[in-house]
Amino acid sequence: MEKVLMKGNEAIGAAAIKAGCRYFFGYPITPQNEVPEYMAKELPKHGGVFLQAESEVAAINMVYGAAGAGARVMTSSSSPGLALKQEGLTYIAACELPCLVVNVVRGGPGLGGIQPAQSDYYQATRGGGNGDYKLIVLAPASLQELTDMVQEAFDLADYYRNPVMVLADGMIGQMMEPVAFGEIPQWTLPEKNWATTGTDGDRAPNVINSLFLAPEELEALNIRLQAKYQTIKANETRCEIYQLEDAEIVFTAYGTTARIVKNAIKILKAEGIKAGLIRPMTLWPFPEAAYQALPKTVKCILSVEMSCGQMVDDVRLAVESKVPVAFYGRSGGMIPTVDDIVAEAKQLLGR
Amino acid sequence: MAIVFEKTKGLSNVETHYCPGCTHGIIHRLVAEVLEEMDVLPKAIGVSPVGCSVLAFKYFNIDFQEATHGRAPAVATGIKRVHPDKVVFTYQGDGDLASIGTAEIVHAAHRSENITTIFVNNAIYGMTGGQMAPTTLPGQKSTTSPLGRDPKHAGMPLKISEMFATIPGTAYVERVSVHDPVSIRNAKKAIRKAFEYQVAGKGFAMVEVLSTCPTNWGLSPVDSLTWLKDNMIPYYPLGNYKTLEEVK
Repeated sequence: MEKVLMKGNEAIGAAAIKAGCRYFFGYPITPQNEVPEYMAKELPKHGGVFLQAESEVAAINMVYGAAGAGARVMTSSSSPGLALKQEGLTYIAACELPCLVVNVVRGGPGLGGIQPAQSDYYQATRGGGNGDYKLIVLAPASLQELTDMVQEAFDLADYYRNPVMVLADGMIGQMMEPVAFGEIPQWTLPEKNWATTGTDGDRAPNVINSLFLAPEELEALNIRLQAKYQTIKANETRCEIYQLEDAEIVFTAYGTTARIVKNAIKILKAEGIKAGLIRPMTLWPFPEAAYQALPKTVKCILSVEMSCGQMVDDVRLAVESKVPVAFYGRSGGMIPTVDDIVAEAKQLLGR
Repeated sequence: MAIVFEKTKGLSNVETHYCPGCTHGIIHRLVAEVLEEMDVLPKAIGVSPVGCSVLAFKYFNIDFQEATHGRAPAVATGIKRVHPDKVVFTYQGDGDLASIGTAEIVHAAHRSENITTIFVNNAIYGMTGGQMAPTTLPGQKSTTSPLGRDPKHAGMPLKISEMFATIPGTAYVERVSVHDPVSIRNAKKAIRKAFEYQVAGKGFAMVEVLSTCPTNWGLSPVDSLTWLKDNMIPYYPLGNYKTLEEVK
């Protein structure tokens, strides 16, 4: 299949259009500006609409309106921008509106910096919005995976009527790699008979709403949402298991960090230390089972992140104290090096 | 027996939660009647705000989306861009539109989104229990201006229609009231015009409707109508503030 050399942010736009996304609402923020720029140029050619909103808050609410009206729609932003979108996301999740939200993560807290980071793991998996809700969170480690995930995200969103987030660290957004836009499996999707398209006089009104003043009704919504989340957990949890057999130490990392870890594993192997990797591809649902099926040879797990330690919480919950879990991370746009990771592993193993 | 009067098909049979004497009911009816008379109920999509009219989606007999506080114009933008041939409107109060949602309404007008906004101004936060709004009059008492609004402390009330007349993107801006039968008839004419602008594709149209809040004003329904006439209209003069070009 023909491969094209693309920048990550442009690949996001190209994959979305290929997946049938025709509406994009966003607001400029570095390091994701090539996504809206690509959409501004390309969407009109495909009969779509690109609209630069007055703010991230407005953009996510435009997504709410368009998704509620039955469209394939997306927005993208970067960390502080995602902070602003959290209110919209909880409404979108509560109303079960399908859409794609891309976060090209930069360092925080506060205005932070514009270099790559993974410090929005909590924001993505715990939600900065109010209430019990979940986004499906996909974490690509290469531009090919990014392209595939963006395309499938729209099907996942439509199938489960749930917002999907692609959490791409700034490195994924900014680097260039060859990508192929293959035909990804098409899902059999339910009809959007709930969308507000106007009644046309032949059906009862459709309403998109998350206000339930009667506690019984609101609890019923929560029970229904939780049941859906359990189904998603059962069907859509994804991870890569890499060289786990006979491993003394198991790394766990996602996104760009996982690629650096693979290089560290190679070096350790050359020095006679067997190391493996669990790479979550869905951050929610988190691949808990992978951490419960470790070989008996495993002495410890090391979570490597571009954060001060966020995913490591989920690792510890999944491991249930059966194996010691350690953390190594850099933050603020600093990236863990192969040497750092090798040194950290050796120290943990007392070598 | 001949039927001489019927409720508009644009309203559902759900009993509203509005307080006795509240004029939301009248404004709902005017909007619904206009949509029915223009024969656009089947393609109408409303957006309700956060505030007293948060449950408007139950009372209108059309498709509806309930928005986050202040963001109805952004939600309506999303809907209208997907369905440019449908009739999309927001129904917002003064807290929603003139306080928390100023960015969204200004920019919807600025882009000249081809939507209609019904802005209900009753100079107070109703749903949360009578707090001061950006439109609360000088000296008017509220639970957060217990001695009356002090303009030195809280500024002068925001004149939305006057402000929106200056935005290049607005096609039609009119302020009306519903305190007596004549003003109600005029309000309906303005609301119809605002929807006609949208159907003709002329861009953003807004009708500001001066409204009462007997419960939080601490007045009887009848006294509230008088209070509106005597106090609100002098500060918020009725009339047309912008007509880009006449539509039929």
